[in-house]
Amino acid sequence: MTSNLTTNLKRFWRSVIREPYTGDRRSRLRVVMNNLILHIHPAQVPTRALRFTYTWGLGGLSALLVVLLAVTGSMLLFHYTPSPDAAYNSILALQTDVWFGALVRNLHHWAGNLLLVVAFLHLLRVFFTGAFRPPREFNWLLGISLLLLVVVSNFTGYLLPWDQLAYWGITVGISILSYIPVAGAWISRLLLGGPEIGAATLLNFYALHIAVIPMAMLFIMSYHFWRVRKDGFSIPRTVAEPPVERVEKSMTMTDLVRPEAVMATVAIAALTIWSMAVAAPLEPLANPAVSPNPAKAPWYFMGIQELLLHFHPLVGAIILPAVVLFVLAALPYLDTDMDAVGIYFRSRRGRWLSLFSFLWGVLITLIYVIVDEFFLDWAALFPGLPSLIANGLVPFALLWLGIIGYFELTRRATRATRCEAILATFVLMLAGFITLTVVGVFFRGPGMALIY
Amino acid sequence: MENENSTTVTRRDFLKMAWGTLGAVALAEMGIAAFTFSLPRLDEGEFGATFTCGAVDDFPPGSVTLFTQGRFYLVRLAGGGFLALYRVCTHLGCAVPWDPVEGQFVCPCHASAFDQTGAVLNPPAPRPLDLFPVTITDGTVTVDTARPVRRDHFLPEQAVYAEAS
Repeated sequence: MTSNLTTNLKRFWRSVIREPYTGDRRSRLRVVMNNLILHIHPAQVPTRALRFTYTWGLGGLSALLVVLLAVTGSMLLFHYTPSPDAAYNSILALQTDVWFGALVRNLHHWAGNLLLVVAFLHLLRVFFTGAFRPPREFNWLLGISLLLLVVVSNFTGYLLPWDQLAYWGITVGISILSYIPVAGAWISRLLLGGPEIGAATLLNFYALHIAVIPMAMLFIMSYHFWRVRKDGFSIPRTVAEPPVERVEKSMTMTDLVRPEAVMATVAIAALTIWSMAVAAPLEPLANPAVSPNPAKAPWYFMGIQELLLHFHPLVGAIILPAVVLFVLAALPYLDTDMDAVGIYFRSRRGRWLSLFSFLWGVLITLIYVIVDEFFLDWAALFPGLPSLIANGLVPFALLWLGIIGYFELTRRATRATRCEAILATFVLMLAGFITLTVVGVFFRGPGMALIY
Repeated sequence: MENENSTTVTRRDFLKMAWGTLGAVALAEMGIAAFTFSLPRLDEGEFGATFTCGAVDDFPPGSVTLFTQGRFYLVRLAGGGFLALYRVCTHLGCAVPWDPVEGQFVCPCHASAFDQTGAVLNPPAPRPLDLFPVTITDGTVTVDTARPVRRDHFLPEQAVYAEAS
């Protein structure tokens, strides 16, 4: 009888896996093609592309975090009520009455924040190695769409706890949106579902956060992965090396699957330990009558909020980010003279330029923040002109001239190629953005005055 | 078939165009439906309704009174005129408290300051506090909070006066 049961269990298992895995070369190839999860990979991958210090596993880590977020998010759904009267209490109950409730919430919170960082680092890796060059330029666009969806996902999730942090962070965030010309007031009203944050806003954000954005992400992620398979991996090489003609291949099973599994295990363990030690923030219940001082947007928007302290909102929060985003999306189509795919920072000159541009970007941004805080008053320089021009378009034009000037200067002074000059300008702006974010998050106190 | 070449639209072309047009119309209909579906819905009697504030004489000249439910300050200027100022900072939407000692509205978020008329004393606020329309009938002050009114400057004619009785 037992042998009969074993036979039947074996038959059942055999029906699940489609094909037994024997470990020989043919089986290792076939299992990748015949397994639902594994078939995301090609059966063989270029040996060099497996080098951890080339990709840093950032794309895979992003995907893992999305899965973690889906799992923990689904768990949270069972304990959360999306209404202003009940939301905050349901979070309190989750943290105090539900077994592992606080841990699941912490995991969801930290995974969401980490995903922003990891997805952004993934973008940087792809840019710095030139991996967005044809035929991968469209996948770069898909990646940017995914990054934007991650931002929107974080932003909509930020409101759900309905505490002071959530209420005023989203108030500031949506007020930024309302500076979009013509459509701004209308967009903010549509998102808010009324004149100010209320029950309709919470329900809107909830629906976006748990249904619309996850579905869109699932779709675009599948497309992104599919394009990675179709377009192939970029092959890392050293500075002096010509493009590799014949690539040596490794077996996906297990030369790629094993490091992926290791990375996933380590990441899950690290995130769990972190979530046990560090609680997700929860402030007092939202109070529409009292703004905290200072009232800050979510940290990933602090770079933009910092810009708002220096420029007219239309320029600081809308035009400048929109232009930067557009140029970022167009990069693989602008970077036409590159033959440096697979080389970190393009070339030896590119590496020096990157280092120099980064330091320069941090320095200029810091100096500007301090000078603008204590000495510079654009409005007073141009009395009689509206704030939009004096404090907005004039500094914006100067900034843009500076950026173009830096590009041209790099080309002439260091005889950099076009793609190296683009790299230098990119790093300059990246350094500025990081500096602004750090200043906004850590060095702005009550009344948004500089603290140190 | 002598007209063969003068016919520019074949039956196949016609059907293609008809299907295409119908498809475009159907898509537009779905788009309009989805758009109107997601339009804000307002609850009557909440913020957005008309508030009855009280008798004119309840508010001495120079006073600033907060109506929490209505999100506005009812200001009576020294000259006796009324203004209803929307409590929301025109910079980034924080709630602006009245500081009676300084005689200013000071935003806690980015230190914008406004005087009693709502005019900007200190940027980054790009424009004065928004107004709600004030009506005075038979000595009773009412404020309509349906839609805040934007303005670029404080003008004396924005203040509403009780009719001389």
